[in-house]
Amino acid sequence: MKDLTLQTMIAVFEEMFGNVMLWVLISVAAIVTAAYLFVLFRDRAVSWRKFLLAQLAMPFGAVAAVMLVLAVTHSSLGDLGGPIDWIVMLGVAALGAIGAAILVYTIESFVGSRRTGEDVRAMR
Amino acid sequence: MPHVLVLDRRKFLALAAAAGALSMPLAGRAQPVKTSAHIVIVGAGAGGAALSNRLLRRLDGAKITLLDPRKEHFYQPGFSLVAAGLRDADYVVSRTTDWLSKGVTLVSEAAAAVDPVGKTVTTTGGRKLAYDFLVLAPGLVLDHEAIEGFSLDLVGKNGVGALYAGPDYAARTWAAAKKFSEEGGVGLFTRPNTEMKCAGAPLKHTFLIDDISRRGVGAGKRKIVYASNNAALFSVPIVSEKVRMLFRDRGVETVYNHVLKSMDPGAKRATFATPNGDQQIKYDYIHVIPPQRAPAFVRQSGLSWADKWTDQGWAEVDQKTLRHRRFPNIFALGDVAGVPKGKTAASVKWQAPVVEDHLVAALQGKQSAAEYGGYTSCPLITRVGSAMLVEFDYDNNLLPSFPGVIAPLEELWISWLMKEVALKATYNAMLRGLA
Repeated sequence: MKDLTLQTMIAVFEEMFGNVMLWVLISVAAIVTAAYLFVLFRDRAVSWRKFLLAQLAMPFGAVAAVMLVLAVTHSSLGDLGGPIDWIVMLGVAALGAIGAAILVYTIESFVGSRRTGEDVRAMR
Repeated sequence: MPHVLVLDRRKFLALAAAAGALSMPLAGRAQPVKTSAHIVIVGAGAGGAALSNRLLRRLDGAKITLLDPRKEHFYQPGFSLVAAGLRDADYVVSRTTDWLSKGVTLVSEAAAAVDPVGKTVTTTGGRKLAYDFLVLAPGLVLDHEAIEGFSLDLVGKNGVGALYAGPDYAARTWAAAKKFSEEGGVGLFTRPNTEMKCAGAPLKHTFLIDDISRRGVGAGKRKIVYASNNAALFSVPIVSEKVRMLFRDRGVETVYNHVLKSMDPGAKRATFATPNGDQQIKYDYIHVIPPQRAPAFVRQSGLSWADKWTDQGWAEVDQKTLRHRRFPNIFALGDVAGVPKGKTAASVKWQAPVVEDHLVAALQGKQSAAEYGGYTSCPLITRVGSAMLVEFDYDNNLLPSFPGVIAPLEELWISWLMKEVALKATYNAMLRGLA
C-alpha cells in the first residue's frame, strides 16, 4: 500500500473510471489545460475580470466532481467517516472547482466578451 | 486599474522545468548476480508470478521454471466484491501468462511429488525436473467434501453461497445472496476451523450482505447470524473486539464455537459441531467456506509440519525466512507456508522480497538478514462504501501504513477506496515484481 508510483496511480484511476472513461477524462483535461496555457501565453496576463465569471462556475464544478467520485466508487456522502475522508473529498471538490474555473476562463478567452477583453487591451 | 498578473514566459518555463525535475524517479539498481542455477517455482499465482519477476531482475543466467496447470489467473481479493454484486466475474480473471516474463519457462502441469533429498519435482504429467532451489507457491486446496451434504453444484440455488470456490461461484453466490437480500429470512454466515485464506473475508461477506439486505428487504424482515468457529471473531484480539461491537451495532447475531459439519440443502438446515454437541440452525441463505489444506503433494512429500496443523499439512518453514526447516534449498511462499496468520495477497507482497533475498544470497554463498514479520493487511469492509484498513503482524500488533491519517479501527470511506479501487492496481504491480 505504501508504494505510490505514477503507474499505480494511473491503474487506480482506471479502476475507478474504467479504461475508456479515464482516457476521455484525461484527454479533455489535457485539451482544456493546453488551451488555458495557450490563452495565458497569448495574453501574457491573467485577467481577473475573466476569473470573476469563472469563479461562478466553481461551486458547480465542485459538486459535479464529488458526485462523479461517489458514483464510480459505489459510495454516498454518509460513508464519509473520519477526517481523512473529508479532506480527500474536499480535495476532490477543490479539483472540480479549479477545473470548472479553468474551463470557463478558457472558453471566455476564446469566445471573448467586451467586458473581459478590456483589461488585456488596457494592459497593452 | 487593470487586474492583471503578468506572467514572464521565462519564469513560467523555469517553474515548469523545476516541477518536472521533482517528479523524476531516483533509480538505482545493484548488478544482477551471475548464476546457472535452476529454480523451480511450484505455482504461478500471486506468489509465483511476483517472485519470478523479482528473481529475473536480480539474477543473470538463472533458469526459472514455473509449474501451474491453470490457464487463468484469479485476482482473489476481488471475490468478495463479485459475491456482493459490486463487480462482474470477469473483473477477477486474467491469464496466467499475462503476468510472466519472457525469461521464464511455464510448464502447464501441477506438481505431483517432490524428492527433497534428490532435489527433483515430478509433475502430474510424469516429467521429472531437477532443481537447485525449489519454491513452493501452489496455494491451497478447498476441501468442500468435508462438509456433508454440500456440493459445488448447489451454489447459487436454494440459498447457498460459496464465494471462495472461484469467480463463477462468487457470481453465483451473489445470485443467492441477492435473492436473500430481496426476500429476507435468516442469513447464516460460516467459517472453517482451519487456517484459511483471508480470515477477514467471511466477515466482509457478512457485513456486505447485512448492508445490502438492510437496504433491500429491510432490517426487520431478515436476520443475520454469524457462526464463528472459535471463541473470537478475528485472530487479532483488538480487531475481534471491534468487530464484536460493530456486529452489536448492526444487530448481527453471533454464535461461537460453531463449526459447520453438514447441511441439508432441501430442508435448508445446517448442522454445526459445538462443545455442547451438534446444533442445528435453519437458514434461508447460507455462506459456506470449507476447510482449507495444503495440496496433497506437500504432505505426501514429507514437507509438512509434523506437530502442527496435522490435519492441514502446511509446509514446515521458518516463519521469518520462509525457508524450509529441514531442507534449506526449499522455500514456501503464500498460502502453503506453515506460518501463523496471513494467507493473503498482502502477505505474499511482503513475503516475496524476503524469499528473493534469501535465495539470491544463497546463490552467492552469503546470508541474508531479510525477515518477514508476519505483516498482512485486510481492508475489512463494514458496509458498501466503508471499510477498516486493518494491518497486523504475527504478534497481533497493528501496523498502520498511514498512522495518524488512516486509523486502523475506524470505518472510513478512504479504506473502502483502498479495497474497491486501489487494491487491484497495487496487486497487479506486485505480480510484475514492481511493488
